[in-house]
Amino acid sequence: MLEKNVTLSLSGCVQGALMCIPVFPGIIVFGAVFGTVAAQKGLSFLETLLMNSIVFAGASQFVAMEIYSEPLDRATLIAMVGVTAAVNMRMLLIGASLRPWLGTVPGYKTYPALFFLTDLNWLLALSQYEKGARDWGIYLGSGLIIWAVWSLSVIPGYFAGSLISDPKAFGLDVILPAFFVALLVPLWKGKRQTVSWLAAGAVAWVTWALFGGYWGIFTGAIAGAFAGAYFDE
Amino acid sequence: MSEGAFTADSMVLVAILGMAAVTYALRAGGYWIMGRVTVTPRIRRGLEALPGAIIVSTILPIVLQGGLVVGLCLIVAVGVQQRVKKEYIAVFCAAAAAAGLRASGL
Repeated sequence: MLEKNVTLSLSGCVQGALMCIPVFPGIIVFGAVFGTVAAQKGLSFLETLLMNSIVFAGASQFVAMEIYSEPLDRATLIAMVGVTAAVNMRMLLIGASLRPWLGTVPGYKTYPALFFLTDLNWLLALSQYEKGARDWGIYLGSGLIIWAVWSLSVIPGYFAGSLISDPKAFGLDVILPAFFVALLVPLWKGKRQTVSWLAAGAVAWVTWALFGGYWGIFTGAIAGAFAGAYFDE
Repeated sequence: MSEGAFTADSMVLVAILGMAAVTYALRAGGYWIMGRVTVTPRIRRGLEALPGAIIVSTILPIVLQGGLVVGLCLIVAVGVQQRVKKEYIAVFCAAAAAAGLRASGL
């Protein structure tokens, strides 16, 4: 069940990178806001750069900064690592869904490349995979450019406080969700998707209502995957 | 910013490394596990259903917290995407709609 004709090319990487351009404003604002939050919470510039570039998972960084207080004690440290794991639990599922595509690529290439796995480049890459692309440069190129833009965007935010005082007035807060729904549209093929998405939505909603936070992404995704797997036309 | 810009507290460094380690373990872990499981047609169908299910589960809380404006903008994005099939146009229209709706006081 693994793809055999999988390739990796520079042109694929460039294609992946170019596909990310529409979400640059969203990434830059999100990264800059993280820089501002980190500065206000008292992280040094170096600490902010390190966290932003090597954790490289926006939502979890924000939640961890909500918990952070200076000076950092051991209990808070463990809580920060714990919430990071909870928020990023969905990465397990995202990574699992890449196996059919990348399964024949040697591990010394895939495991370093998995560091650059984000919701965004995973979605972009899989939307191209659905259209028949097998060049995994699309995944890698989009991951690298997102990492670079994300890493740089924190700098102006850290120093300038916030470049844009009210991102909502410019509609910048809807960029990421709008991008997600736009990618969702071509994924719909028929009854199987309807059933799977309804299951995912219902379970995510209940989880969110009961527990709040990001657990709903995980439970909803699992419910949707089971519904998709067991729904027989 | 009580400390210098290029200093780092050792506890903060441990926290950052811990956060980075669990995040990478999750990034690589799902992929690793699937290499040790035989991918039956059923598992494959489940994996294929994952992207859509994750997007739906991710967007839902954003809509519930964002209220009417965010909900309307996402409908705009879906409508535009169905017609023109270009993600960046759909995103631009949704952001413009949000700016317009908020300027009009919604």
